[in-house]
Amino acid sequence: MADAAVREVAAPAAESGALAGAIESAGYAGRVPAQTARRLLRNRSVVAGGLALLVFVAAAIFANTISTHEPTRLEPARRLQAPSATHYLGTDEFGRDVWSLVVHGSRVSLVVGLATMLVTSLAGVTIGVAAGYYRRLDLVLMRVMDGLMAFPAILLAIALMAARGPGVWNVIMALSVVYTPRTAMLMRSTVLSVRELDFVEAARALGRRDVGIAVRHILPSCVAPLLVQGSFIFAYAILAEAILGFLGVGVPPYVPSWGNVIASGKNVMREAFWVSLFPGLALTIAGLSLNLVGDGLRDTLDPRLAHSGR
Amino acid sequence: MSAYFVRRLFAVIPVMAVVVTVVFLLIHLIPGDPVSVMLGPDASPAQVDATRRALGLDRPLHEQLLRFYARVIRGDLGQSYFLDRPVLTAIVERAEPTLVLTFSALLVAVLIGVPSGIVAAAHRGSPWDRVLMLGALLGVCIPGFWLSLNFIYLFAVRLGWLPAAGYTSILVDPVAAGRYMVLPALSLGFNQSALIARIARSCMLEALHQDYVRTARAKGLSQRAVVYGHAFRNALVPVVTVIGITMAILIGGAVVTEIVFNIPGLGRLIISAILRRDYPVVQGVVLVTAAAYVMINLTIDLLYAFIDPRIRYG
Repeated sequence: MADAAVREVAAPAAESGALAGAIESAGYAGRVPAQTARRLLRNRSVVAGGLALLVFVAAAIFANTISTHEPTRLEPARRLQAPSATHYLGTDEFGRDVWSLVVHGSRVSLVVGLATMLVTSLAGVTIGVAAGYYRRLDLVLMRVMDGLMAFPAILLAIALMAARGPGVWNVIMALSVVYTPRTAMLMRSTVLSVRELDFVEAARALGRRDVGIAVRHILPSCVAPLLVQGSFIFAYAILAEAILGFLGVGVPPYVPSWGNVIASGKNVMREAFWVSLFPGLALTIAGLSLNLVGDGLRDTLDPRLAHSGR
Repeated sequence: MSAYFVRRLFAVIPVMAVVVTVVFLLIHLIPGDPVSVMLGPDASPAQVDATRRALGLDRPLHEQLLRFYARVIRGDLGQSYFLDRPVLTAIVERAEPTLVLTFSALLVAVLIGVPSGIVAAAHRGSPWDRVLMLGALLGVCIPGFWLSLNFIYLFAVRLGWLPAAGYTSILVDPVAAGRYMVLPALSLGFNQSALIARIARSCMLEALHQDYVRTARAKGLSQRAVVYGHAFRNALVPVVTVIGITMAILIGGAVVTEIVFNIPGLGRLIISAILRRDYPVVQGVVLVTAAAYVMINLTIDLLYAFIDPRIRYG
């Protein structure tokens, strides 16, 4: 459950055999972005997942307009009301409007997901390229990454939150620490295989410097695997954020987030199932859409994996 | 053979060194003075000083780290302030429910996952395949803790078939223990069954494309004999590895499931320790879980090498 996260992240990274395919098509993706975009638009799961994702992004941006009530206003007189025309998804034990909570909750989820994706990508590329380039650094960095991956993901996140205390920024940092090793290892193996390809060899023969080769020839090859990995990490971060919120160690309880609302719904499940039902549904659909996008990206950018049946 | 085993065993040392270091650093990630945070605002300066000395936090960082290593190697995970006993004792007391939950969920995951994957692969492209794989995709996306809540609402609150929460040891009352365990094991195992189904399907498809399968078909064997007699056994090896990984993952998931179902295991222990700022317990639970995770992975690797000779000579 919690570690829904780990497994799929680990899976594509483990597919070292399929990496060459990823790299070839990545070079292709780097050169002909328009063509790649067209292929992506023809992929049904990318389109379906992308559209669903857009809905969430729109909800997050226009949360104030879409929500019908102030999400944080407590109205004890209206507590635990069933879904109705005034309260589309009912109210919780404090009389807060569940629809408005869910709409505003998408902000926390998307911010945490997006930020975690960006931080892990940045850190993962830096660590991966450094490790792939410098042997000695490689030994140390990869031992550290191995060590971090030895923790069950959600438990490490819980422990980091226990030390740092609740807060959006702390959640992002904790999840970035948890998920960076996977991206770093993927980037490292990408760099290691691209280094040996003919066009990089040719660039070296032409006398280009390490940094120049890394930026011009190697980094573009990392884009496709990074995009695929990033979309999955986005999904796991959203899920993990909700779990942390549910356990009471995520964003502070007064911030409307899906995990927090589900947790408050747990206490009143007998009288008001809707309080935990709807934010959970939003969480599921958000996760599903990101997984669809990730699967589609992988199939399009990495044709060899497409046939492996994953 | 033995060279591989020795190499693999030694590879555990740096990993555990990093794990112990990270766990050590946790206490230094606490903003401000960890001792004041731990003891709360009512503690006198003398108490704070005494605790700081007792924890060794007054010494230089590298010395603290070395002492921490030495303690962990001796099996001393410190003292719980709140529970007033050694952390290791507290963990051992709470390990049973977590282990029972993990193994029950593993059973659920395998019993649902492996047959689904095999059926989907054997009937590739059929409605069966589509339904099963859609289920697997949903299974990956549905948050386990939310699924647990829905299960409780449906099977305990509405239908009243099973208890909503709680735990009894198998040794005390096996029937009641089983009834308590059904919903937690189902909701924890369902997620992982989706993963196993996907992997089992792809391994099975790969096996079905091998030459020996074509030969088996060419000599006129039935689909059933080809799938179960030839392909299945070869597809099994990677699936066994995934099952091992699944078990490691389930330990993490069990923590969350325990909170939902009020099961007094390690998950409840760590969450209540966080609320009481009982950091040695937090550190201890994380360390023990990570160590278990490492040991499970080691066992899988060794087993895998044992089953498949290509690994140890590779």
